[in-house]
Amino acid sequence: MNDQSMTVRGKERYKSGVMEYKRMGYWEPGYQPKDTDVIALFRVTPQDGVDPTEACAAVAGESSTATWTVVWTDRLTAAEKYRAKCYRVDPVPNSLGSYFAYIAYDLDLFEPGSISNLTASIIGNVFGFKPLKALRLEDMRFPVAYVKTFQGPATGIVVERERLDKFGRPLLGATVKPKLGLSGRNYGRVVYEALKGGLDFTKDDENINSQPFMHWRERFLYCTEAVNRAQAATGEIKGTYLNVTAATMEDMYERAEFAHELGSNIVMIDLVIGYTAIQSMAKWARRNDMILHLHRAGHSTYTRQRSHGVSFRVIAKWMRLAGVDHIHAGTVVGKLEGDPNTTRGYYDICREDYVPENLAHGIFFDQHWASLNKLMPVASGGIHAGQMHQLLDLLGEDVVLQFGGGTIGHPRGIQAGATANRVALEAMILARNEGRDFVHEGPEILAKAALTCTPLREALEVWKDVTFNYESTDAPDFVPTPSMAV
Amino acid sequence: MRVTQGCFSFLPDLTDEQIRSQVQYCLEKGWAVNIEFTDDPHPRNTYWEMWGLPMFDLRDAAGIMKELADCRRVYGDRYIRISGFDASHGWESVRISFIANRPANEPGFGLQRQEAEGRNTRYSTFSYAAQKPEGERYSS
Repeated sequence: MNDQSMTVRGKERYKSGVMEYKRMGYWEPGYQPKDTDVIALFRVTPQDGVDPTEACAAVAGESSTATWTVVWTDRLTAAEKYRAKCYRVDPVPNSLGSYFAYIAYDLDLFEPGSISNLTASIIGNVFGFKPLKALRLEDMRFPVAYVKTFQGPATGIVVERERLDKFGRPLLGATVKPKLGLSGRNYGRVVYEALKGGLDFTKDDENINSQPFMHWRERFLYCTEAVNRAQAATGEIKGTYLNVTAATMEDMYERAEFAHELGSNIVMIDLVIGYTAIQSMAKWARRNDMILHLHRAGHSTYTRQRSHGVSFRVIAKWMRLAGVDHIHAGTVVGKLEGDPNTTRGYYDICREDYVPENLAHGIFFDQHWASLNKLMPVASGGIHAGQMHQLLDLLGEDVVLQFGGGTIGHPRGIQAGATANRVALEAMILARNEGRDFVHEGPEILAKAALTCTPLREALEVWKDVTFNYESTDAPDFVPTPSMAV
Repeated sequence: MRVTQGCFSFLPDLTDEQIRSQVQYCLEKGWAVNIEFTDDPHPRNTYWEMWGLPMFDLRDAAGIMKELADCRRVYGDRYIRISGFDASHGWESVRISFIANRPANEPGFGLQRQEAEGRNTRYSTFSYAAQKPEGERYSS
């Protein structure tokens, strides 16, 4: 279906009236994307009877310069440069009626360093366009020239590790539970116990802000006491993600400033605050030597379904540009959505300087990050110490493993839960570094570590049968080609 | 108390054979192994004393184990840590760090609180051992 251009040129192109998008210059099958172009890959599902090429050209048009009719004012501009060009359309494998549309955008279409500006075009009007049944943004390629207009992660993995003095192993965290209802004083108790027991971080949940049961200042003050006590008890740097999400930027800055004044090394925000607010907080974090944790609250409303929305891999790319330091990116084995290959793709996007095309992982384009800081992925939701070998194998060592229930739900208390997780982790790292086949010998390695650690023995016993084996709703659609079978 | 800095502080103290395996892991990764010691294990004490330069060119774990033994002979009553340094682009930092020797008795840390304005408190962590002069902190 990638045949020749149908673009009408010259005077005819600007005759008043309605013209098909593919004839207006938004379908250019011969176009070679420039190194400086932004490229987007959409999954387009046209309404019945709509020509696929026309539908894909319409996506290019509506996400760049087009409107529903020809306008003569195009002629006051370098219109051909500004038109996004759909240059390739492929049927989606095993998905009748859907098409992958590759669309190139000239760099001049975008304001430097603004995710809001980028997204207003790429996921703006076009997602409500009537001739489409569904539309999904699958992946994007950003040219180095564009990447370099962003700050990137305020701290980055390397400096975060240096500041925390923690190397060579995943960081351990836990979200304080119950997520709602604890008073400040009780909340700090959970933080202290978990950190003293061996975790590096504790975390506010996404919806803990400033409610009748706990004003935000109470939480910040008691958490600071807890962090400092745990630090003195262990001789190790500790932290707690203080959620500064609030109604207005002024409120968020006030909370962040207070966290800074108290000496916190990390604050957190939720994805729902919006792209501009995220970039503002990233700049604030860089200015204030603060690690910035992002909780991806709300993302599943648009990332989860294969047919419509925005893939999380695109959100991960936007967030690395926007400048957060931590992002929840899936656990594979836990309670929340996550196909192993797809999740691997997200982790690569966060952590690598160069991510090559890898269709099996859902990565459609080579992406150079041009030394932008690395973004620490966070694995959270339904994981426990008994899965340590799988977690280390699937997620690697530059990750925060967050065991909320798996710490606080321990039968002998929070400290015991934290210790069980830390011992399991250290035993697994030791074994991996010794060259053991830790994936297969995992249960054995844990059982041996449990001989000298009662809390781990109890944890393994309580959660031994917990798994979440459900089919994934979002896995890559691709046909393996011989060149990939290496 | 037990200072829990580094990769393996929650496990029983590593044997020399276990330490050698970790050193070997660093060497296979192409990292420079570094031995450092201190008698002030404050969590913010970044710069422990270096036992010579990082061993950029040493490719044999036995050589490093000999250095560790020498360091222990002189500073066996202090904390000694081993770290692996990765000079490759994008890291240029420590990639692993663990304690390979610790004093028989670890007195731990105190926390001083200074009541400040409002309900704010200023915290200061201090090492009980570091209240003695350098060099006299752990030996009797």
